[in-house]
Order: sequence, then C-alpha cells, then structure tokens
Amino acid sequence: MKLSCGNCAQAMQLVKATDLADGSMSIIFGCASCGNRVSLLTNPGETQLVRALDVQIGGRTVPPEPMGLVRSALARQRDDAFVSQSDVPQPKEGVIWTEDALRRLENVPAFVRDMARKSIERYAMEKGCHQITPEVMDLARKATGG
Amino acid sequence: MARKHRGIAADGGSDIVAQVVAQGDRLGSRMALVRHKIAVMSGKGGVGKSSITANLAAVLASQGYQVGILDADINGPAIAKMLGVRAQNLSLSENAILPALGPRSIKVMSMDLLLPGDKTPVIWEAPTQQNSFVWRGTIEASALREFLADTAWGELDFLLVDLPPGTYTFPTLEQLVPDLVGIIVTIPSEVSHLVVKRFISLAQELGTLLAGLVENMAGYTCPHCGKVGELFSAAGDGERMVAEMGISYLGSIPFDARLSASADWGIPFALEHGGSPAGQALAHVAAKVKEFVGESRR
Repeated sequence: MKLSCGNCAQAMQLVKATDLADGSMSIIFGCASCGNRVSLLTNPGETQLVRALDVQIGGRTVPPEPMGLVRSALARQRDDAFVSQSDVPQPKEGVIWTEDALRRLENVPAFVRDMARKSIERYAMEKGCHQITPEVMDLARKATGG
Repeated sequence: MARKHRGIAADGGSDIVAQVVAQGDRLGSRMALVRHKIAVMSGKGGVGKSSITANLAAVLASQGYQVGILDADINGPAIAKMLGVRAQNLSLSENAILPALGPRSIKVMSMDLLLPGDKTPVIWEAPTQQNSFVWRGTIEASALREFLADTAWGELDFLLVDLPPGTYTFPTLEQLVPDLVGIIVTIPSEVSHLVVKRFISLAQELGTLLAGLVENMAGYTCPHCGKVGELFSAAGDGERMVAEMGISYLGSIPFDARLSASADWGIPFALEHGGSPAGQALAHVAAKVKEFVGESRR
C-alpha cells in the first residue's frame, strides 16, 4: 500500500507507526512537499493480518530471529521448547532418557540397574533411536527376552 | 491529479517488498542444500500419510541417506510422536533452530515440539480470536515458511514433508518449494479415491511433479492362517485410478496392526519389521521414489 498526498499528489513517507493498546495500529504518513499529514488506523484484524505476514510496518531495524514469528505468536508453548545450543544433550553422542523413563529405571533393583541401562541404550542405538521412553524400554525388554 | 499505485516507487518507508524478498532468499538458501523435497499428501484424512512419511524416511535413512521430515500439519502434528522425539528440546543458534533427532538421525521439525501438553491446541496470539479465519491461514503459511527456512536442516538427501488433510496447505508449500515432488496416498475405497482424484488434479494444475500413488491399507494378512483378505471395497482400483489420472503406481502397503503400535512407540515399523510384507512394500515404494527422482547411488 502506498499513500499519495491529497493536496499535492506527492508520495507520502511513513513518519511513525504505533501499536495501540486495543490491537489497532496508528501509522502516520507525512508529505515532504507540503507538510500534510495523515494517520492510517488499522482495526485489530488488519493489524493481525500484517503481523501474520511476518513483516514490520516501518521496516526492520534488526535482522529477523530464527522462527521469530512462531516463537512470538504461538500463544501456548513449552517453556523449554527452545534452549541454547550448549544446554542440549547431543543425541549423536548417546541417547536421551525421558523423565518417565528415568523414573521407571529407578524401579529397577540397584544391583542390575546399570546393566539394564546399558542394555536398553544399546538396543536404542541399534535401532537408531536417540530417545528412551518407557515404550522403548518395553521393546528393549521384549527384544532381550527380559 | 490522483497518482496510480505504480506511479509511486516505494511504500513510504516500510519496504515490505524487500522484507518479503529477504524471506524468500532465506528459504532459498536453506532449501538449496536439500537435494530432493518430497511431499507426502492426499487431500483425504486418515489414509496413513504420516505413517508412510515416517517409514519412508526410516527406509531411506537406513540406506545411508541424510533425511529430514517437516511435519506440515500445524494443527494436528503426529510425526514427533511417531519418531519418538517429543521430549527433545529445539536448540537455538544464531540463525537457525537445530531440529530434533529421531531414529537413524532423521531430523525432525514439528509444531508438536513447541506445544506444552497433549491437549494443547495451536492458538495464535491476537488482540481477539474473533474473525481469526481472516488471518489464521496467513500465519500458518508464515509458520510453515519459518519451519522450512529457519530449521538447520544442513545438507539433506531427502526432506519429506508430511501434509495435513485437505487442500489448503499444499498450494502454500508448492509456492514455498517450487521443486517439490509429490507422493499421493490413498486407501482402496471409493470415498478416498473421489477425494484423492480431486487432489491429484489440483497438483497437476499447479504443475507439481508427482512420483505416483501409494495405496495404503491394501489388504490384511491374517496372522493365524496367512490368508490375505480385503479391508476396503475398492481393492485393486488404485491401479485403474493411476491410469485414469496419468500418474505412476508406486505400490500398495498391506495393513499390519504393528504399524500402529510402532507409531505409538516412536520407532518406525520399517526398522522393526522390515522383513514383513508391509515392511517390504514400504522398501519397494522407497525404491520407486528414488527411481523417480533419479537417485540410484545406494
């Protein structure tokens, strides 16, 4: 969308874009030639549509962050959905145990727990599986005849 | 005198066109590292698209290919469960998100990895959810673009995209990934064929290359006597349908109750039961897809 000045037919320039509390937006355009100003007011639906396009009125001042739209616009998301690279266990080097699986592993008698853990991890790695869940524990147990 | 839209060079300062071009460039750079982009689609729900996606990925990864799966079903994601990666976190780096890693190092991106609970629906922040139909499709298209462009897929031989039922997402994906190859999935029922034929026509009108049709749940082998029975009324009609629609027949996958169990456990059936009739059929379909895209090195 482009605005042309009604007085002198010159292209108008964006002066300021402001998000208003009710979900609407005020976008002020000015004419460099005659000083005329107009304010474009969007309704909440129009504001949301622009947001959905993942573009910024007034232009981008900083480069977009990876999955910036999803991360900012998804109303309900896991607190730990995104973690910094250094905090993530590297699956290629081993396997990840889910909390449920770890709780279940604790029920295995201590004197065989380490052996059971290694056996399950070996089974998971053989299957190319990087995550051990209770279901994978069942499969491992079945496969090893336990 | 009133000026026309084209008579004004820029939009006054937002430079929306440049922002959209930058989005496209980002996506193009990411997809340039992916050799084959395959959409598994149908138009019809409940025909086993996700199961076939997960198992084809497992077959290909077992053969040494680098494989990724994008779960394009934003509102009903199932791939993370089928590949046992739901508990994994997504790792944030400077310019991309590292995907979850599934069996045989299959890279997985799915909305499911972001949602906090089994019952959590996908709700987007908005001043009001009233009239959300106006913008919901747009934000889902943007989310799909971000999943494609901002996931650190790295160099992949195959990126499989599991599409939701219906025809809404496919044209969006087709525009985002122009060199897409489609695999159509149906079951041997006239109802399914009716829906799927319309979907094939849409894909053909959009100019999408179609590798062919997979007929899923084609027959059931009795575990007791080994006799193969029919599950649906239109058994055998798949081959007639491909002739009518002018596409190839990639094969039929017999029903096996363990397919569902494997999906629930998060280990692809093709890895557990590769020697079963269904496992062999999946390997056959994978071979036909490879043949279609000219992939013959393994």
